[in-house]
Amino acid sequence: MSSKVTKEKSMVIQKEMISSLFKELSTAKQTGKKVVYTFVPGNISELIRAFDMLPVYPEINALQSGMRKKSEKFIHDAEKIGYSEDVCTYVKCDIGMMLNGNIGPTGEKIPEPDLLLLSYTGCFTFMKWFENLKRLYPDVPVALLHTPYQEGHEITPDMTQYMVKQLKEEVIPKMEQVSGKKYDEEKLKKILGNTNKVEELMVKIFDTTKNKPSPIDAYFAGVYYIGPINIGFRGTREAVVYYEKLYEEILERVDKGLGPITPEGVMEEEKFRLVIEGPPNWTHFREFWKLFYDLGAVIVASSYTKVGGVYDNGFRVNPDKPLESLADYCMNCYTNLNLKQRVELLSNCITKYEADGFLVNSIKSCNSFSAGQLMIMRQLEEKLDIPVGFIESDLVDPRYFSYSNIKNRLESFFQMLEQRKIIFNN
Amino acid sequence: MKKYYLGIDLGSTTSKAIIIDEEDNIIGRGITNTRANYLVATEVARFEAIYNARFSLLKMKLEDEINSNPEYEKYINDVESAFQYLKFKYKLDKLYVKFKDIIESSFSGDKKENILQIVEKIVKTIGPEIRDAYLFSNLGNKNQFFRDIVSERYNNEIKKLDPDFFDPLMLVYDKSIISVENELTEFNFKELISESIEIMNEKYAKLDETLAENNSSPHFYAEINLLKGNYKKIYNSLKEHLEYVANMDIHISNMVGTGYGRALLPFPEKSIKSEILCHAFGAHAIFPNTRTVLDIGGQDTKAIQVDKHGLVTSFHMNDRCAAGCGRYLGYIADEFNISLNELGPLALDAKKEVNICSTCTVFAGAEIRELLNVGQKRSDILAGLHRSIVMRAISLLARSGGVRNEFSFTGGVARNQAVLKYVSELIHENYGDDIKINIGADSIFMGALGGAMFARRSMKNLATH
Repeated sequence: MSSKVTKEKSMVIQKEMISSLFKELSTAKQTGKKVVYTFVPGNISELIRAFDMLPVYPEINALQSGMRKKSEKFIHDAEKIGYSEDVCTYVKCDIGMMLNGNIGPTGEKIPEPDLLLLSYTGCFTFMKWFENLKRLYPDVPVALLHTPYQEGHEITPDMTQYMVKQLKEEVIPKMEQVSGKKYDEEKLKKILGNTNKVEELMVKIFDTTKNKPSPIDAYFAGVYYIGPINIGFRGTREAVVYYEKLYEEILERVDKGLGPITPEGVMEEEKFRLVIEGPPNWTHFREFWKLFYDLGAVIVASSYTKVGGVYDNGFRVNPDKPLESLADYCMNCYTNLNLKQRVELLSNCITKYEADGFLVNSIKSCNSFSAGQLMIMRQLEEKLDIPVGFIESDLVDPRYFSYSNIKNRLESFFQMLEQRKIIFNN
Repeated sequence: MKKYYLGIDLGSTTSKAIIIDEEDNIIGRGITNTRANYLVATEVARFEAIYNARFSLLKMKLEDEINSNPEYEKYINDVESAFQYLKFKYKLDKLYVKFKDIIESSFSGDKKENILQIVEKIVKTIGPEIRDAYLFSNLGNKNQFFRDIVSERYNNEIKKLDPDFFDPLMLVYDKSIISVENELTEFNFKELISESIEIMNEKYAKLDETLAENNSSPHFYAEINLLKGNYKKIYNSLKEHLEYVANMDIHISNMVGTGYGRALLPFPEKSIKSEILCHAFGAHAIFPNTRTVLDIGGQDTKAIQVDKHGLVTSFHMNDRCAAGCGRYLGYIADEFNISLNELGPLALDAKKEVNICSTCTVFAGAEIRELLNVGQKRSDILAGLHRSIVMRAISLLARSGGVRNEFSFTGGVARNQAVLKYVSELIHENYGDDIKINIGADSIFMGALGGAMFARRSMKNLATH
């Protein structure tokens, strides 16, 4: 590991973006900006921005609280008022944060919602989550956007129309009512133009892992790369600037033949290339990452970085068809894909990026990810004859991160891959 | 010079060592209970494996003679029993000295004198009992460790005394056993062998009287004379060969450590291997058609899938809940106040299996008491408990992709006959009667064997590069 720890320019840009957003949120009540709470998968931030409103994502607050070691207390507080041990820890962390004055991860107050936009995409806990928020904020209107699951392996025109109808009849009227502004389709188209550019850039960025060594870690660094589009910057000029800068930096790394940047410097030897399924653990994110980079393992693709949008199969928003694009985008989210589609997607990643192994991080809290993971794993193992591994942790409940158990399993997994290399190279 | 390779499996309950030769043949096995001092545990296991290797090499050397005179093997085994007894006796003597020190420092006056006398009497009673068990009942091959052997008999003696002595005598035992157990002694093989041969001489000289007490066979005297005659015939040549193996240099070219405590072994990083790989590799070496391995150890249970090379393709572990591991059985044995070895046979006596509902080891303890209270038989409850631990393993196997082709069962728990019964039943029930189930006498050593095989291969790789 090289001792030089570099801060990339793109990272600085992202930090500024986040801090300005939270600043803007903390003063929203004074400036009169309206605030919409919504979810990351299938987040139609472009529409929110078209009404000059600001988005807030409870999952992002929860994961940020987890990374900053604040989630444990929030979870305990939620359990104290009756949330059971088995409730999703994002939900409990979020509820706990609200019980503690809704002070966000940056230490600034998160404004109360003016609208609860319940877009539930592949996760039915979202519905229960907002039922609870509705109890906390009884006067706030709820706009419901139902995303049909891709049970039949495809999005049909009927499904798109069903969603467009909801946007027109339910979501847009509520947004007009809350913001006091008329829906402006031209403005939305312009915003979606930025989204389209960002989508193209993101595909190129995550495709650079086909290089050897891979210039990026598509999971541990990948979660930072998807930050801007998942915390409220979809469709913004800032996002375009960020992704242009990021792509430029990564191309420089490719030119120089450099491996990914880790918290302890550049990874010097790429020993194992992995594809990972499932979200990371946030409470021990650094320790978790270290278990990989210490052993020369780089993640060349992950399903989690597709949680805010899947672009592998060619989907991009079309600014000329704004509402249809938003609908298709929602239905294309990773957790809205059926298991067969997930297997196909992961299988393509394994083949395209020449992964040595496939690993599942099964999350106690997350049904929309964890359901079907064993089946996915078995099918990939059989289809591609690839070694597979399985670890277990949680999103933001530190009680479910057992360092030694995970280390033990990962060590075995990496030794499995190593042994295989030795045998097949001989 | 011949090269040998060592694998050490430092488990939570037992530490195992295996020595193999250049053809992967097992030539030495050593096992001991894992204690707080891991280094001592692994060294004891290693020494045991080396002693055992000398006896194996002797048998290999005398293969032709053994084939034409099968008694030869019995005599070698007898010498090994005497050898094991001498190692035991050395420790028992140490323990007695320690007992006296502890009594001296913990009690005073009449009480001290009383306890001294009692302890002396206990040691003089159990010492010869254990000697006979080694020499005539093959105690050395029953996989009992020093601590188990002594405590079982010591406790029996205490039970015969006034209950007032229970606490002070237990205090003496508890304070003494750990330090004796943690003391590492490397015996001089040659010296111990000479002594063993002397014991053999005595044993055969006194054969008539000793056996007469236990044997009512009508051909008794004829048998004795035959044994004695044969012994005299081979005594001289045996002695010579024993000296030869005692002088042999068993050169360990490379070693690999594995098991739950592997990170604590004083081995270089490249010589530490995951027990998942080692168990799979070992099981695959003994049973080459194995595609699924179930390992139930003290601290965790693993379902492992391997390919035709013995390489792991996937594994699933239960490392969260004791209710599927060997420790569960240890806890249950404590609850029933019996030793771990007695669990399986008792469960096999069951007329039915009592359903155990608790999914937690500790709560199963409460459930057992309740079941005993309502009149359920001990053996029936034990059968239910054994079935429940196997059910957990079966569900882990299902998670890992089920049983493919041949199935091998490894780990310390594979020695428990009741567990074996339920594993066979449930594997066949779930995956069909055609599934071949492999359980070898060396099941507990599979991890150490895999380690030794990796040690040999990594040397070979170094040599070819």
